[in-house]
Amino acid sequence: MTVSPPGAPEPHADLVAVARRGRLLVLEATNAAGAGHVGGPLSAMDLLVALYLRVMRVRPTEPAWPDRDRFVLSKGHSAIGLYTAMALAGYFPVEELLTFDSAGSRLQGHPDMTRLPGLDASTGSLGQGISVGVGMALGARLRGLGFHTWVMLGDGEMQEGQVWESVQVAAKYGLGNLTIIVDRNGMQQYGWPLRAGEVHRGDRRDPFGDVAPRAPLEGFGWRVIEIDGHDFDQIIAAGETARAAAATGIPTAILATTTKGRGFSFTEGASAWHARAATADEVASARAENDGAAS
Amino acid sequence: MSAAQRDVWADTLIELAATNLDLLVLDADLATSTKSEKFARAYPDRFLQMGIAEQGMVGTAVGLASLGFVPWVSSFTVFLTHRAVDQVRMSVAQTGANVKIGAAYSGLQLGLAGKTHLDVQDLAIMRAMPGMTVLVPADATECAAMVRWATATPGPVYLRLGREAGPDVVGPDYRFEPGRVVRVREGADLLLISTGQQTGRTLAAAELLAGKGIAAGVLHVPSLKPVDEAAIAQAAAAVPFVVTTEEHSVLGGLGGLVAEIVTSNEPRRVARIGIADTWGESAPNAWLLDRHGLTPERVAERVSRELARA
Repeated sequence: MTVSPPGAPEPHADLVAVARRGRLLVLEATNAAGAGHVGGPLSAMDLLVALYLRVMRVRPTEPAWPDRDRFVLSKGHSAIGLYTAMALAGYFPVEELLTFDSAGSRLQGHPDMTRLPGLDASTGSLGQGISVGVGMALGARLRGLGFHTWVMLGDGEMQEGQVWESVQVAAKYGLGNLTIIVDRNGMQQYGWPLRAGEVHRGDRRDPFGDVAPRAPLEGFGWRVIEIDGHDFDQIIAAGETARAAAATGIPTAILATTTKGRGFSFTEGASAWHARAATADEVASARAENDGAAS
Repeated sequence: MSAAQRDVWADTLIELAATNLDLLVLDADLATSTKSEKFARAYPDRFLQMGIAEQGMVGTAVGLASLGFVPWVSSFTVFLTHRAVDQVRMSVAQTGANVKIGAAYSGLQLGLAGKTHLDVQDLAIMRAMPGMTVLVPADATECAAMVRWATATPGPVYLRLGREAGPDVVGPDYRFEPGRVVRVREGADLLLISTGQQTGRTLAAAELLAGKGIAAGVLHVPSLKPVDEAAIAQAAAAVPFVVTTEEHSVLGGLGGLVAEIVTSNEPRRVARIGIADTWGESAPNAWLLDRHGLTPERVAERVSRELARA
């Protein structure tokens, strides 16, 4: 972890600012749509911004570039988070985010690759994106292509059996060119109630509360990196480690601890924000918080 | 007799793989049954074992297809159209991925596997899926033609493959065209419409009916989707009575398709022969075909009864 000396500029101040703006855009888009998920997009925003602006080799103005890194948002319900990161990276105008979920929009409620150039997969039904990513990484190897495939999963999504089917296959084929990033925000839609005396990060049990995910992943032959998913130094370093490991034939899992609803006082850690549109007043409060943080 | 479709499928892929370097076969650990083991021996580097994990296999095929490969996924029908149906729906059909589904062990004739493995709902499920081509070959010649067409044509294809050998139906110079229906017998008293290997038994039923002085025409529908609706409507309009027969549930398969078309055009009574709304059981193939009214004799009996009713 980097510790900045007093008075020194914030590390990755540019990314911090972009992510802060992105989080407000998420609230604005859900407010315009009157629907959408908020908690997951906010927990994943730093990861998504780091991926699109630092880690991945992509060309926003040439979305079909054959050698681009592939990205699959397996937790497709965080679509507005992905669209926001893509807009901020230059794939399309930021103003288009306000069309989210509206009739005819390219920004569907869940990512639809047939609508929006730059999406490498359609996702929404959980557990499927990692398998598509395995196919991309395996195909890259068969074709001798050097791109890296990145798949973002939710911690709740790890409950889907298909995830573990593909975890096993990726290791069997030695797909070092595949990395999964688990947005470990500690909350799922409803989850399991806490047992008496139990303390978790939210008012429900953490999806990983009973199981340390490092063990099953390592047991299946994966490399596991645990990071703070809101620390750009750690995110970027983990990404570089994962990419550099492509030749080892060992796939990488980045377990990124995050806060659901990260960014605003009223959304952080609140399960009600899993799927809920922001009101105009809440957007105004969020904007005020952002202005305060930026000044 | 025509070779078993699972063998024809594997043999045709081996032939195509010599020139189509993008062709891959993905197996969910049933290679000795589905005959993809033949492909594995011929092209070990293009045979991808995915383990006993059909959902992951389908998704992986989508990723491979995104790089220009032509992946054929192979398993028992039931595991592709039931267990992995959500993957076929979202990852394959909704994206138009160039994934080919080789569904071996279709219909009733499953070698004593019983109700857990019998899948006679597959056509209803796959037909209701936007963007999916649904093919049901009658015999070896048609099966090979469909494998060639599917491999060469972009987009999702579901190919229903029988386990057992059956009679030849189409001629050696047969050319497959998606949607085209095939008139395999003329007859003015009624029209029998069938698909898959049931067409061979339906032709035999028509022969039995001819012996009783009933002239039954037979229309073979090799492609349930797309399908030439006008041709079916026209053929049905030319007779007083239509009977569909299929190795599939009477709900939603060929019978449903024909009823939809006929009632939307010039209505005719349509009797649907197939598996009633019930689960199957372990039994010899011949017993199962008889039990569900699909042998030539049983089809002919049912037609006679229906005609008496009319």
